[in-house]
Formats: sequence, structure tokens, C-alpha cells
Amino acid sequence: MSSDALLFLATFLASAVEAVEALTIVLAVGTVRGWRSTLYGVAAATVVLAAIIAALGPALSAIPISTLRLVVGALLLSFGLQWLRKAVLRAGGYKPMHDEAAAFASGRAEAGSAAASTGRVDWYSFTVAFKGVLLEGLEVAFIVIGFGSTQSRLGLAVGAAAAAVVVVVAVGVVVRGPLARVPENTLKYVVGVLLTSFGVFWGGEGAGVDWPGSDAAILAIAGFVAVVSLLLTRALRRRRQRLSLVEAEA
Amino acid sequence: MKYVVAFGRFWWNFIVGDDWRVAAGLAVAFGLTWVLAHHGIAAWWVLPLAAVVLLVASVAREARNGG
Repeated sequence: MSSDALLFLATFLASAVEAVEALTIVLAVGTVRGWRSTLYGVAAATVVLAAIIAALGPALSAIPISTLRLVVGALLLSFGLQWLRKAVLRAGGYKPMHDEAAAFASGRAEAGSAAASTGRVDWYSFTVAFKGVLLEGLEVAFIVIGFGSTQSRLGLAVGAAAAAVVVVVAVGVVVRGPLARVPENTLKYVVGVLLTSFGVFWGGEGAGVDWPGSDAAILAIAGFVAVVSLLLTRALRRRRQRLSLVEAEA
Repeated sequence: MKYVVAFGRFWWNFIVGDDWRVAAGLAVAFGLTWVLAHHGIAAWWVLPLAAVVLLVASVAREARNGG
């Protein structure tokens, strides 16, 4: 698998996961309070995210490539370890799984109890949709900018993110509800491994490392990180089972 | 003032996340990689090793606290 394919996969999956969570927020508000102001909020957040990518993406090309790779690598590594840490803790039973159905129900309850709109624009719907899309999309925007600037593949990264959003929204429209059956934690696991691997690779290059095997080193790093994460998850599950047994016996 | 604090907190959470020790460990690992690489010593192993050690340590800490 080439680094372009891995880049596409990482951006697509990261965008898909964040789009699923944003969709839940938008659906919860839109179905309770109406769609016009909710969609204004979505549109405004999309414009802000696009502006961030359009402004920062080309501007970063003026920075020396080794400095850029060091900074972007460090950022991706930090994001990747955060994703992986949560995914491992969830898979190991130490953090509750993210439940889209519960988030949808809670979002609907909050939207229903908020004060009714008095003007043409329902600011509650606008703000919740704007914040939801912006916050879920910000990390994706940084991933897109990072991938795009360090590999000179901004178009590919933007295309992967856009494709993910289109797929998630299309499925959401078809099922008319939150995508509760998407294996979010598995996707987060994969994204965590990929972001960590790209972060290690680019960060290392930026710091002056010559990788054995050149670009193929990314695959070896990804394999190493994936195996350690899976072993860690297995150890956590066993520990959780042992603790449950001890508690049951007590 | 509270907006500045909230803004700073947002970016701290966004970049550093739940465990600041991971970010601090990464900073040390990047520094070590840079020093080794610029003295002509093979440094490719530092970051992969640091990433998994920091992950395991952070998860183990959280499991101990939550378990």
C-alpha cells in the first residue's frame, strides 16, 4: 500500500468518525427545532473550516520542509496517541463506548428544553450546529492541512475528507437517524494507529532521521504500533476480567 | 480575561489532550532524536519506541486510576 493510499485512508476514516459525531448533533437539533437555522449553522461552520484549510494549506508551503515535517509530525503524533489511548481504554473496558443513540437522545432532550426561538433565526439551533460541526471538524482540518502540506497532497487529503462527509451524510439521510451501528471505536483505533505512524515518520524526518527502507518504514511503524496496541488492549481486558471476578467473589 | 483562559484551555486540550505527560515525553523524544541524528548516530528507533512506551504508560496509569 503506497503512502498516498495510507494518507487517503487515514484522512477518510478520521473525517468519517468526526462526521458521524457531527451528524448526530445536527440531527438531534434539526429534528426537534427545525432545519433552516440548523443548516445555516452547518453551512457557517463548513465555510470557517474551508477558510482555515484554504488559508493555512498554501501558507505552510512557505515554511522549510524539514521544519514543517517536524511540527506536523509532532502534532499528528500527539493527535494519534490521544485517539489510540481512548480507543484502547474503550476496547479494554476502562472507558464507556461512545454511544451515538444515547448522544442523539440527549441532544434531542436538550434541544427540546431550550427556550423557543422568537426571531427569524433560531440562535440555539444555529449555535449548536455551528459549534458541533466546527469542533468535530477542526481536528480533521488540521489533519488535512498536515497531510496536504508535508506530502504536497492537499487535494488528495481534501478529497478524502469530502468523500467521507458525503458518504456519512448520504447514509444519514437514508437511515434518517444517527449512525449508531458504525463501529466508531474500531475506526478510531485504525485512525489512531495511522496518525501515530505518520507522526512518527514525518516527525522523525523533520528531526533529521534517515528511515531504513525509506517510505516503506511507515508500514513497519504502523504494524509495530498496531501490534503493541492490540497486546495492550488484551492485557487491559484480562485485568478487567480479573478485577470483575475478585469483585464478584467479595 | 476569561475568554483568553477559555481559548488557551481549548488549545491545550486540543493539542495536549488528557495526559500532559505524553506530550512532555514526546518533546523529550523529539529532542533526543534531533541530537542523535545531528551527531551522525542512528536515531530512527527513538520515536517509535517513545510512542508505544508513552501509550502503554498513559493507558496503564488511567487503568490503575479507573480500575
